[in-house]
Amino acid sequence: MISIVVPIKQVPDMERVKFDKEKGTVDRSSAPGEINPFDLNALEAAVQIKEKLGATVTTVSMGPPQAEAALRDALSRGADRGILLVDRAFAGADTWATSYTLASAIQRLGQTDLIVCGEKTVDGDTGQVGPEIAEWLDIPHVAYVSEIKNVGEKMVVVCDMEGDRYLMESRFPLLITVTKDINSPRLPSFSDKLKARKAEIEKCTAEELSAVADASRFGLKGSPTRLNKVIVPSEEGRKGEIFRGNPEETALRLADALKEGGLSENVK
Amino acid sequence: MKDHKGVMIYAEQRGGKVHPVSYELLGKGREIADKLNVELSSVLLGSQMAEEAQELIYYGADTVFLYDHADFREFDLINYKRNIVRLVEEVRPEILLLGATHLGRSLGPRIAVALSTGLTADCIGLDIDEQDNLVQIRPAFSGNILAYIRTSTRPQMATIRYKVMQKRERDPGRRGEVVRKDVELGDPLLALVGKESSSGVNIAEADVIVSGGRGLKKPEDFKILEGLAEVLGGVIGSSRPLVDDGWIGKEHQVGFSGNTVKPKLYVACGVSGSPQHLAGMRASDIIVAVNSDPSAPIFRIADYGVVGDLYEVVPKLTDELRRRQSG
Ligand SMILES: Cc1cc2nc3c(=O)[nH]c(=O)nc-3n(C[C@H](O)[C@H](O)[C@H](O)COP(=O)(O)OP(=O)(O)OC[C@H]3O[C@@H](n4cnc5c(N)ncnc54)[C@H](O)[C@@H]3O)c2cc1C
Ligand SMILES: Nc1ncnc2c1ncn2[C@@H]1O[C@H](COP(=O)(O)O)[C@@H](O)[C@H]1O
Repeated sequence: MISIVVPIKQVPDMERVKFDKEKGTVDRSSAPGEINPFDLNALEAAVQIKEKLGATVTTVSMGPPQAEAALRDALSRGADRGILLVDRAFAGADTWATSYTLASAIQRLGQTDLIVCGEKTVDGDTGQVGPEIAEWLDIPHVAYVSEIKNVGEKMVVVCDMEGDRYLMESRFPLLITVTKDINSPRLPSFSDKLKARKAEIEKCTAEELSAVADASRFGLKGSPTRLNKVIVPSEEGRKGEIFRGNPEETALRLADALKEGGLSENVK
Repeated sequence: MKDHKGVMIYAEQRGGKVHPVSYELLGKGREIADKLNVELSSVLLGSQMAEEAQELIYYGADTVFLYDHADFREFDLINYKRNIVRLVEEVRPEILLLGATHLGRSLGPRIAVALSTGLTADCIGLDIDEQDNLVQIRPAFSGNILAYIRTSTRPQMATIRYKVMQKRERDPGRRGEVVRKDVELGDPLLALVGKESSSGVNIAEADVIVSGGRGLKKPEDFKILEGLAEVLGGVIGSSRPLVDDGWIGKEHQVGFSGNTVKPKLYVACGVSGSPQHLAGMRASDIIVAVNSDPSAPIFRIADYGVVGDLYEVVPKLTDELRRRQSG
């Protein structure tokens, strides 16, 4: 049976999260946490492979204790196991330290054939963690996968690059990162939600992970990049001229404005 | 750390075509190298690209390290990484920049881990501080914040977004050296077995984009926007829901999970202006919005807005522009 690992991150709901312009901070308590939307696509891809060919799907998340909810949610959507890497020592990690921690946890699980990550997170927004995990584990990866063509002796996937579609073939073990185009994630049923509520989420601390990893590489102190400051930009410098009234008139005024800006001509 | 010196940029090519972000990286790289008073080098992996290597010099490189191999015409991620890592260990630059393209964002992380150094993704600004450290500025939280980041390890690595840095004027008189390097190939873990090139629309390159959102009532109504796009010499964009519903291809999608665009003119019709949509187009030079709801967030970043029904306003605007063009 194929063993699949899906690293998932709990992120704030971007529609609701508040930013403080003055202090340049993100108020994470202003919005409930949810599974990073792209990780739902990753999980769905893994569960579809499981349904077709038989597989175990393990989700792993590094995050605060509340992230347990995201792993439970993943169980209700078809994952078999949820592991939370939770420790103050993991906090403040950049992508280098995050990927090291996740790669160590995956190594600790034993044989893994396939790792499926999201394209990127909506908060960190780097897309780096996936390929970095692959490098730590010294396995190939394909990023921006929008289609899985075949899973057999080898895996064949479509990698989307600025509109070009590359067909890639790889041996296992392999890591892929998937885009939203790969599938439409399912909604969990009520009974699956109930079952997941009672399921056990395994926890793993920094000390436990140290058996296979170098603890000096965890968290903020292991991170080579540092955040110096954050600003919440306001949309300045826009003219903000709003035309109201009947359509003829507003269309005319807009045409005038475009002309003034030298934008009303077909430049080609 | 002092034994790291110089700026290196990765010159990306696919299928023999150098990605224009590479010239932009050379422009910014030249500026930084001059500030630090060091060399600017570039690494190019491809097949038969001697002319392109020379071009990199005309655009600002002092040295180009050229890896020429038939297998390198298209990307070979693992072997690209292997050769770049070896080069960086030999040359020991203090800064290494890649384009934040799909390829750059896939290759950069592997190089960073292999070199045990930090990597900052998708930067839109770079600066040098008083201690000669690289300050990397990038959007995060779906474009809602800007983060300033420093790297304690060397080389300081970053991927840089396309169309934010200025390339230099091409100077065919510029002198530099193309250094051919031996290619090292490992076990092919990953094979490219086919390629379909894009259908033609590349909205990331467009100067004018007319986008539709859920204010459109049916797929055929994109025709109305096509009329306007035609007189303006632009292409069609879309918000995500219409792509998800299959009304239009995903190559047209603007936003966080679609394309990042930076046209001279962006016309949003029936688009509310969600944070995820803004993340893909907020850097446009001029933004125009047509929306029936005066409180739609898109108006907050618009240079010009029309509060009205797109079905009335857009055809009238199209006619008016056409009338003036022929008149
Ligand atoms: C992880 C993630 C990634 C996402 N990525 C993207 C992305 O890349 N791109 C993207 O666009 N979205 C993305 N979204 C979706 C985003 O959150 C919004 O749902 C989406 O942008 C809304 O699209 P819209 O503006 O077309 O629709 P709506 O928000 O429904 O807005 C429709 C607008 O049309 C106006 N309107 C209606 N009728 C008319 C009329 N006759 N004339 C004029 N105006 C009219 C309405 O007033 C309204 O403002 C993403 C979401 C998530 C969670
Ligand atoms: N803290 C985390 N825990 C588990 N998986 C993560 C974490 N951070 C990132 N990932 C995975 O890496 C992908 C890319 O994240 P990022 O590089 O932060 O944009 C995500 O879609 C997840 O699959």
